[in-house]
Amino acid sequence: MKERAQLLLEIADDELILGWRDSEWTGIAPFLEEDVAFSSIAQNEVGHARALYELAARDLGTTADELAFDRKPEEYCCSELVELRLPEWERTIARHVLYEQADAERLARLKTSDDAELAGLAAKIDREEVYHRLHAEMWAERLQAEPRFIAALDELRPLVDRRKGQSPELAELWDEMTSVRRSQPAGTTW
Amino acid sequence: MTEAEVWKALAEIADPEIPVISVVDLGVVRDVRIEQERVHVEFTPTFLGCPALAVMRDAMAEKVRELGGEPEVEVVLDDSWSTDKITPQGREKLRAAGFAPPTPREAEAPKLVQLQSNGFRCPYCGSRDTALENIFGPTPCRSLRYCRECRQPFEQFKTI
Repeated sequence: MKERAQLLLEIADDELILGWRDSEWTGIAPFLEEDVAFSSIAQNEVGHARALYELAARDLGTTADELAFDRKPEEYCCSELVELRLPEWERTIARHVLYEQADAERLARLKTSDDAELAGLAAKIDREEVYHRLHAEMWAERLQAEPRFIAALDELRPLVDRRKGQSPELAELWDEMTSVRRSQPAGTTW
Repeated sequence: MTEAEVWKALAEIADPEIPVISVVDLGVVRDVRIEQERVHVEFTPTFLGCPALAVMRDAMAEKVRELGGEPEVEVVLDDSWSTDKITPQGREKLRAAGFAPPTPREAEAPKLVQLQSNGFRCPYCGSRDTALENIFGPTPCRSLRYCRECRQPFEQFKTI
């Protein structure tokens, strides 16, 4: 696979799967403001995934939807960090903090790429991610002395750079995420 | 058909989520070029996850068709749109509808202390005694603030 497409897929998979995981807080966050925040962050992440898949799809001669939903779970190349279902608030916040840090570094690198399309899209995404980072920063400050939060950071940190883990949790999520699409023959127009 | 006519027609398209403002006021139409029948429109999305994007793109194509042109709406995925592109008229329309317009984009990314500061004016009473309630709001482009002066919650456009 082309090198650029592979890089785009890695980031797009991260953003899509994280978007789905974040959306799991819709309706069950500890208070209403966080319900709004995580739903909005999820929407942004899926939007970033769409733009990244569109660019990759052009390189690979396919479509964004096919890349997002018609691959097998083992073909996704997201970080193991985003694959996990984390129904505990402190672990969700720990993931949020770790992901936003890693993503900020990645975007900073891409913004200086000599590939103008990649650099332009990274700059666009980064403008939105700033607000995710501020939200993560706010929570990191609030929970900084909480032992459960500190333990969650230690637990999840090694997963950031671990890819292709093919965890059972990703397979389960994939099953839910694609079930409606798979209920119809391939190539169906939705 | 002239480019000016296309711009005028596009200015009739309301933002699907904030109908007081048009897509031209919003600054998302970057360029209009006519080559015989073909009308090329460069569209720079606001927030990438905004569900209104597809609606705006389709509405632009439809307007061009109404003028008898063959639309070619190109979605430009770069950093050329910013909230600074919202026109002065657009900002006033937002304020009048109770949405505080975005503060100008600065060289540095916004910081938490800035969002928590009193640099934001209530669109209803003009007071700067306002507090950040939530960085996120009902759509990706808005935050929630509360005016301590007139006790009115309001939506603040995020600066991007």
